[in-house]
Amino acid sequence: MSAAGEVMTSGSYIKHHLQNLTYGQFPDGSWGLAHSVEQAKEMGFWAFHLDTLGFSFILGSLFLFLFYSVGRRMTAETPSGIQNFIESIVDFINENVRGSFNGKNMMVAPLALTTFIWIVLMNTMDLVPVDLLPYLASLIGIEYLKVVPTTDPNATFGMSIGIFLLILYYSIKEKGAGGFAAELMFHPFGKLMLPFNLFLEGVNLIAKPVSLALRLFGNMYAGEMIFILIALLPFWIQWSLSLPWAIFHILIVLLQAFIFMTLVIVYLDMAHQKEH
Amino acid sequence: MNINLTMLGQLIMFAMFTWFCMKFIWPPIVAAMEERKKRIEDGLIAAERGLAEQEEAQVKAKELLDQSKNQAAEIIANAGKQASSMVDEAKNTATEEADKVKVQAQAQLDQEVVRARNELKGQVSTLVMQGVNSVLDKEVNAKDHQDMLNKLSQTL
Repeated sequence: MSAAGEVMTSGSYIKHHLQNLTYGQFPDGSWGLAHSVEQAKEMGFWAFHLDTLGFSFILGSLFLFLFYSVGRRMTAETPSGIQNFIESIVDFINENVRGSFNGKNMMVAPLALTTFIWIVLMNTMDLVPVDLLPYLASLIGIEYLKVVPTTDPNATFGMSIGIFLLILYYSIKEKGAGGFAAELMFHPFGKLMLPFNLFLEGVNLIAKPVSLALRLFGNMYAGEMIFILIALLPFWIQWSLSLPWAIFHILIVLLQAFIFMTLVIVYLDMAHQKEH
Repeated sequence: MNINLTMLGQLIMFAMFTWFCMKFIWPPIVAAMEERKKRIEDGLIAAERGLAEQEEAQVKAKELLDQSKNQAAEIIANAGKQASSMVDEAKNTATEEADKVKVQAQAQLDQEVVRARNELKGQVSTLVMQGVNSVLDKEVNAKDHQDMLNKLSQTL
């Protein structure tokens, strides 16, 4: 709970744990790693969270590598071992897509698979003991490390904005620009209430990516926070809280990934529907 | 909770991962699964057809069996009939042959009897002649009584 030598208060411990490893532009124009929370704040928009990007890249690559290597050795004969596992996941995704998506689009199922597995892996980082990786990182001189990418709103918003762009793209592609605009303007109450319609539908549209991102972020952030709080307790009592919470958290890890994936499928289905 | 360029990085990464998944991961896995599904379907259909064929074959086999049983029974009946007729025929020919042999033997016997009688007749007449000769020696001339002797031998 305490970093090498120096005494930490609970507040600074929590703050330390919630700070990303930030690489960005200092106010004076030079680029570099932020060495304190304040420095990171001053960087504003022109900064990268190296830990978020790094972990999500590693986890995404792990997913791609695993599935790719299995996909290359796929056999139509009796499957065994890991192929069974992969197939059951693919089946699960396929069933969900078939259940909620009525259009014809070859992209939705792979997108759902990527979303689901990637988010599951990123969420699972929450189950790694909170102090383990930051401590190891501190040994090689990295001051801050936040290991769960989905507790960084940048990660969840990055994904949900990607989904938002897809929603816009397919809405326009399937309904035409005019059809999409008409849906936004004339929908709930007819032509006379155009501004009100536009406001309602606009909120509805914007709410999709925002809720998608905030739901995932909020759940994982809260879970992470509780792990951090548990880590503040005396070491001999920690297991009695962290174990049940970790077990419960497994559910949240899978559930949030599943919700995200299902909503992606549903939103894209709505984008493909011509008739309202 | 700073929003910054990380978001853009994550968006690009997401797009890349999805593209890779769509291009290189999803198709082979789904293709293999579809192929297996098709194979299983084909297998089930073939099995069903095989079952139906087997049933048909069984019915056919039973028919053939019945037919051959009937044929066999017929053949056996015919054979029995033929055998009994053959036995009858053989019996008839045997009886006929036996009758023939009997008749022939009878005829031969009769002939033999006649021959023996004739022989005996001759011998008796010569014996009588010798006896008479020795009894009557001088008084009776063989030449004189030849006619009488001949008559005698004829009556014997």
